[in-house]
Amino acid sequence: MSESIAALLVLAGAACAFLGSLGLVRLRTFYERVHPPTMGTTLGTALVLCGSIVYFTALQSRPVVHEVLIAILMTVNTPVTYMLLVRAALHRDGHD
Amino acid sequence: MSFVPAVLMSAQVLLALAMLLALARLLAGPRAQDRVLALDTLYVNAMLLVLAFGIREGSALYFDAALVIGVLGFVSTAALAKFLLRGEVIE
Repeated sequence: MSESIAALLVLAGAACAFLGSLGLVRLRTFYERVHPPTMGTTLGTALVLCGSIVYFTALQSRPVVHEVLIAILMTVNTPVTYMLLVRAALHRDGHD
Repeated sequence: MSFVPAVLMSAQVLLALAMLLALARLLAGPRAQDRVLALDTLYVNAMLLVLAFGIREGSALYFDAALVIGVLGFVSTAALAKFLLRGEVIE
């Protein structure tokens, strides 16, 4: 039962990451394209990590929560990198 | 459950397609900041693919690989953005 829940969580996370990458290809300007990948980095990563926690907790029959490390890492990383990147893009476009 | 491997396999196929889309933007993307953004998306998708592969194998070893991919991807994207901003990484 918990294995199927974990598999569905991973599938939902993969779908979010796929939609984010699709938006990266389809949108027109850079400032529009910054938005979709955050769907993969926040919701996609969170859902896949929840699936991993559920699966390994059921598999080893003890609480396994070391996936929280990646969750903390992505929560801290994503805003920092995207703010740096957009600031660099503004600088290159001459909007200082 | 019998449908669990099929669901995990389709999740992996979706993540591989997402990596291909990011690669298309990396090759096409008109300016350097588009390529850096595509590289960032590419490493996040690769990390999720490694995690899904670890779940499918039932081994917790792949978690460490995903963690390393996450840390190195963050450092590389931050360094590239700093390079685009200033023209040098360490000043």
